[in-house]
Amino acid sequence: MTARAALGRLGVAAAQLLALSVLVFTATEALPGDAAEAVLGEDYTPQQAAEIRARMGLDEPPTIRFLQWWQDLLTGDLGTSLISGRPVTDLVARSLPPTLILAAATVALLVPLAAALGLAAGAGEGGRLDRAVTTATLVLYSIPDFALAMLLVLGLSLQVRLLPATAMGADGWRLLTDPLLLVLPVAVLLCRVAALLVRQVRAGTADAMRSEYAAHARRLGVGRRRLLLRHVAPNALAPASEELARVGDNLFSGVLVVEVVFAVPGVAGGVVDAVAMRDVPVVQGYVFVLGAVTIALNQAAELVSRRLVPRIEQVRR
Amino acid sequence: MPIETTRRAALGLGALGAGAVLLGGCSGDPAPERPRSGGRVRALFAGGGANESMDPHVQPLFIDQARHKALYEKLTQFNADMSPRGQLAEDWTVDEGGARWRFRLRAARFHDGRTVTADDVLASYARITAPADTPRNGRTLLARVDLGNSRAVEERTVELRLTSPTYELPALLAGTGMHIVPADFDDRDPATDAVGSGAFTLASFEAGRSMRAERFGDHWDGGARIGELEILSAESEARGNALLGGQGEYIHDMSATFARSNEDNPDVTVVRTPNSGMAAMAMKTDRAPFDDPRVRKAFRLLVDRERLVDVVSAGTARVGNDVFGSGYRYFDDDLPQRGRDLDRARRLLREAGAQDLEVALDTSEAAPGFVDAATLFAEQAAEAGATVDVRVGNQDTYFSDILDQGVFASYRSGSMPIPNHLALRMVSDAPQNVTGWKRAGFDEAFARAQATADEQERTRRYHELQQELHDDGGLIVWGYTEWINATAASLRGVERDAPPNTADWARFDRVWLE
Repeated sequence: MTARAALGRLGVAAAQLLALSVLVFTATEALPGDAAEAVLGEDYTPQQAAEIRARMGLDEPPTIRFLQWWQDLLTGDLGTSLISGRPVTDLVARSLPPTLILAAATVALLVPLAAALGLAAGAGEGGRLDRAVTTATLVLYSIPDFALAMLLVLGLSLQVRLLPATAMGADGWRLLTDPLLLVLPVAVLLCRVAALLVRQVRAGTADAMRSEYAAHARRLGVGRRRLLLRHVAPNALAPASEELARVGDNLFSGVLVVEVVFAVPGVAGGVVDAVAMRDVPVVQGYVFVLGAVTIALNQAAELVSRRLVPRIEQVRR
Repeated sequence: MPIETTRRAALGLGALGAGAVLLGGCSGDPAPERPRSGGRVRALFAGGGANESMDPHVQPLFIDQARHKALYEKLTQFNADMSPRGQLAEDWTVDEGGARWRFRLRAARFHDGRTVTADDVLASYARITAPADTPRNGRTLLARVDLGNSRAVEERTVELRLTSPTYELPALLAGTGMHIVPADFDDRDPATDAVGSGAFTLASFEAGRSMRAERFGDHWDGGARIGELEILSAESEARGNALLGGQGEYIHDMSATFARSNEDNPDVTVVRTPNSGMAAMAMKTDRAPFDDPRVRKAFRLLVDRERLVDVVSAGTARVGNDVFGSGYRYFDDDLPQRGRDLDRARRLLREAGAQDLEVALDTSEAAPGFVDAATLFAEQAAEAGATVDVRVGNQDTYFSDILDQGVFASYRSGSMPIPNHLALRMVSDAPQNVTGWKRAGFDEAFARAQATADEQERTRRYHELQQELHDDGGLIVWGYTEWINATAASLRGVERDAPPNTADWARFDRVWLE
């Protein structure tokens, strides 16, 4: 990739982030109610609400507040929470580790698992293993996360006392030093995202196995194993690697459920809390950081998939 | 790193409440041979994420209240019936017709060893009433305290002067967010260094996650029995799983479903607390159709309270009687229980020319059971010929929306003293006058009741106010709700009869582990 193309990509990423922040700000503003109402809740009185709005600066017009936020952002400051008055950077930094650990552990297991199962099932299309994998992934894909989480907790924590039922009170560090806490949450996440990916890899493998070039390789006497790993796998995994970037969305909604059920204080819970409290700067901060991460992942996935199947470059040669 | 303390708690007379008059019922535990001391208790509450705070004066969530209770104390606190009892205040005297109060403080110490003085009390109240970035609940409670003219009489005697007389001051000082902190409280960050006089000292705090606290050896009441207390944030599902999975000893605010399914579980004690709130609907008495007393009366006669209790609260509430505060001090137990009388309801509607009445009932998912109750009520009203349209609104703005919009709405209240409820919702300029109840005579009678020195006479006056509301007011109270907590069977000394906001609710200095 040339330097110019890289710059172009950066520009696109910046534009995407700007659009995202406008969208999120507008969406949060459009929600009924504001932080003052959220803080007061059932104890709402008009007078108290007016006082709080004035102190939070909510009586300023939205455009002014939005520009203010961008101005702060350019100096590397994500602003402060309307509710707790703490710096948004702190809040985001504090809730990132547990979520990153959950996500990283899931993805680390996801890739080898999906590749192995998908290739094995696709290579023996219609066989016993293939049927078993196809059925299992379909079932897991159909069970809602929270139901799966409840079933696992009921079975493995409350019935046989094998694993802790929640990660109560644990921070990122505890999650790393006490990996037992991670088993159930990661299992739930894995079931959610792996099912789709396995089916993708399986379909890609089955297609590639039926292709002309595979048939030709067989005629040339290439062994089954070599065929699968050298010729079929790259083609089968290319669409899956792009799917992997999209796993992010799926992973996020999964993380949200898992964080609630297992009491892991992470990013997803932070975002939901902030939206519920109409804490606009915090919502903006979280979404901005998550958006940046997502864009980076997408770019990385695209690069990986080009490496696996360098078709575009070939045409140019 | 859990620290297992082996220090024996100095029990002494502490078990008897050291001078405090205990009015609450017994907790249902058999008398222990000897409470053990030491050990760690983990208590789980609904979390507030990054908004949890160790500042005892901000608008608190339940989890904040529980944490603050462990670390800080107030001058007074509530018995189970919402009457005040001393905490830091040993006793008090009043003169000038209820406008000048003197509170004598106990020999209590802050966690840093300093004595709790009258100056600390005045500084705390000044901090509560000072404008701040966060709403401070105590400001309204201190509205009539004239701090400029209040003073420290001696090191441990504080005099509070009021701008208008009330004999309810001790109850006001027991409200949420009224804790006494050292005068120099703002020199430190309470999240890392919280200095109070409570039975536990802060070990660590992380908002949205947990607070760890350790037994304070110098507490005036003899100190806690357990060595360590951890108060953690978790949503309802996780709280239940943690208790069942042995990751917690006390869980707060559980569903009727959880209670039912664990009623026979030998490892779990379900703690049901009656009189913890009211479930109601509010008619706006200042606008049509409910500005006609006959229509209000008809609606109070057509509601089937028993059925609402059975269906919506799964039978856990007691049948309501249209007035707030059953089981609390000043409540008029002689009010006749109102029942269902469809014929009379129809007749009243006809007399009011409202036989084909159509009215919108605002509700939302802002509180569990609101929509169910509204839907069921609409069916009951139809039997009397009235059409009630249930309008489900936005739950996030519900409680501000119903203050001035609409004519009829789902409503509820937690536990508070009856005078506080009247001041908050039932006088003409009440900030949450959800029934639009504006009557000069009622306001005067309420002011007179508060300024009546003789308790019997004062009680009689409060009864009169309740009779007026029972006959003519805008609330249809269909249930007095219970609160459900649960503990591990090994946790003892948890007071059952302690509604939220009372002294023995979420109180961990008296519990022990078997």
